[in-house]
Amino acid sequence: MSISVQNLSKRFGDFVALKNVNLEVPSDSLTALLGPSGSGKTTLLRIISGLESADEGSILFKDEDVTTRSARDREVGFVFQHYALFRHMTVFENVAFGMRVRNSPNNEVRERVNELLHLVRLEGLGQRYPSELSGGQRQRVALARALAVKPRMLLLDEPFGALDAKVRQELRTWLRKLHEEMHVTTVFVTHDQEEAFEMADQVVVMSQGHIEQTGTPQAVFDNPATSFVMDFLGNVNVFHGRVQSGRVQMGPFSLQYDEYQHEEPRDATAYVRPHELDIDRSPSQASLLGKIKQINPAGSVLKVRVAVEEFGVELNVDVTHYRAKQLELKLNDIVYVHPRSVRVFMPETDYVI
Amino acid sequence: MHGNSVRTQKTAGKMVANEPLWFRVLLISLCYLIALVLIIVPLIYVFVQAFSEGFSGWWNNLFNDAETRHSVFLTLIVVPLAVLVNTVCGVAAAWTLTKFKFPGRTLLMTALDLPFAVSPVVAGLMFVLLYNLRTGYFAPLLNSMGFKIIFAWPGLVMATMFVTIPFVARELIPLMQALGDDEELAAVSLGASPWQIFWRVTLPNIKWGLLFGVIQCNARAIGEFGAVYVVSGRIERETYTMALRVEKLFQDYNNPGSYAVASVLTLMALSTLVLKIILERMVAASMEQSSSE
Repeated sequence: MSISVQNLSKRFGDFVALKNVNLEVPSDSLTALLGPSGSGKTTLLRIISGLESADEGSILFKDEDVTTRSARDREVGFVFQHYALFRHMTVFENVAFGMRVRNSPNNEVRERVNELLHLVRLEGLGQRYPSELSGGQRQRVALARALAVKPRMLLLDEPFGALDAKVRQELRTWLRKLHEEMHVTTVFVTHDQEEAFEMADQVVVMSQGHIEQTGTPQAVFDNPATSFVMDFLGNVNVFHGRVQSGRVQMGPFSLQYDEYQHEEPRDATAYVRPHELDIDRSPSQASLLGKIKQINPAGSVLKVRVAVEEFGVELNVDVTHYRAKQLELKLNDIVYVHPRSVRVFMPETDYVI
Repeated sequence: MHGNSVRTQKTAGKMVANEPLWFRVLLISLCYLIALVLIIVPLIYVFVQAFSEGFSGWWNNLFNDAETRHSVFLTLIVVPLAVLVNTVCGVAAAWTLTKFKFPGRTLLMTALDLPFAVSPVVAGLMFVLLYNLRTGYFAPLLNSMGFKIIFAWPGLVMATMFVTIPFVARELIPLMQALGDDEELAAVSLGASPWQIFWRVTLPNIKWGLLFGVIQCNARAIGEFGAVYVVSGRIERETYTMALRVEKLFQDYNNPGSYAVASVLTLMALSTLVLKIILERMVAASMEQSSSE
């Protein structure tokens, strides 16, 4: 079932949690609401679920306006950050709760609960209490409980926030697979860009109560709409410079920049991702001279920190193991760094003028 | 809060004692002395006096005296009524104060403690001034309804309620704050009605704390003297509760009778104490369970 959020605003006292948010979640998709804490992502999720009410705007499930409907009647599966399992009930009764309050017949409840416990791979743990389970198991019980009443959609608030790295990785892969099997429209909140990019069909980047960008992970990563998105999606190197007459000038770099053709110079900021920087032993046009301060292996790449004295900055450069071996990189080596691509953002007010 | 006291006891066991021996011995002896003089000796003395005429004397004093019998009966009416009303109100108050944010919330929270601070005699006097049938503020209304509060059992219930109202709410508020409202929200999203949420989620989570509060409330209600004394008007076979009866018998130089009733009150208190210890462990366990999640 598709979700449509229209002109949604919400305040908590003086704090603006959401301002005029518009969002379309396609049916059967897996959507991530991504943003730092305080960006309004959890508030948005709770308003969709009906646990929180909006000050303005409306929520549509498919074509049906549910804005004034209570959470009780929205038929939404909600998974809480800290699971919120019923601590005095067994795993079985937790999962059965939604059916019990609807007075479903006993045999139906038993059948459905066992089916779900199988789905979340917790067969045989039905008689345990939540306190006797690990974090990952509790999370799966919470998921089974939400799915038991056949919700029209599944909303997850920081589903893996409280788990350790290995369990988190396993559950991500598992949830993605589960989503492909079930075809339930799913929205989850996360502050972890890696998690969002790995799992979602659609990523919604939020900041300070509004949506910065919506798109597929690839589209958002390759073409960040704003400097915030660029900054938030992992490590970037930042250069301050100016634009003038279709070119951008950053110290020794001069690159073409067609978006700004005026003759009057303007301040601008350029962003370069670590993997978009090349290290070499010899200078090329537009390269920076620097000294290697640190080399750390991080998975498939080496993270190299290069101090550039001329700018007074330290650059983060991702180098493949192969390239590093080729160049025989060592600490305190003098190297040349040059960017393969640069993204330029001017402060928004400049556009207005 | 009892949960804290349990935790302190645990840490106290691990505490390294680095004070000199003579100092420790002095402090510990002092504690024992105080307990002996103020608690243990009087406690034993109550029973010694109560049974001074043997078991049959004790039995006679309790059940073959029509006035004493009536006081037991009256206590058995007044106390459960007051406890019942206070339990319902206490749960409602704790629910309101922890689940909602509204103006005056802190004020209400403080007001709940007022009965502990105000002298019971003053509380009783307050009720007399407000509800007496001749000069009271509500006298016209009460007269027209033909309802007597002061110098009658409704007054006794009201005075008892006033004195014991904080117990249940004070017990539940910290517990419910620690539990949070995530489970209730989860129940809402699963389609439960408010009534179902209360009975299936909230109540099972607070049951030990609630029972603990009720028992404390009950113990205090049985023993209440000051406020009840003022509103009762001391009418034989009408407004004498057990606590009042103890004093009356004592004034009449009927020591064995007085101590017999007192011994029953003491026994009730002792059993409350045992129950309290058991429940304290239950509550602490459920609190620990909540903090581990």
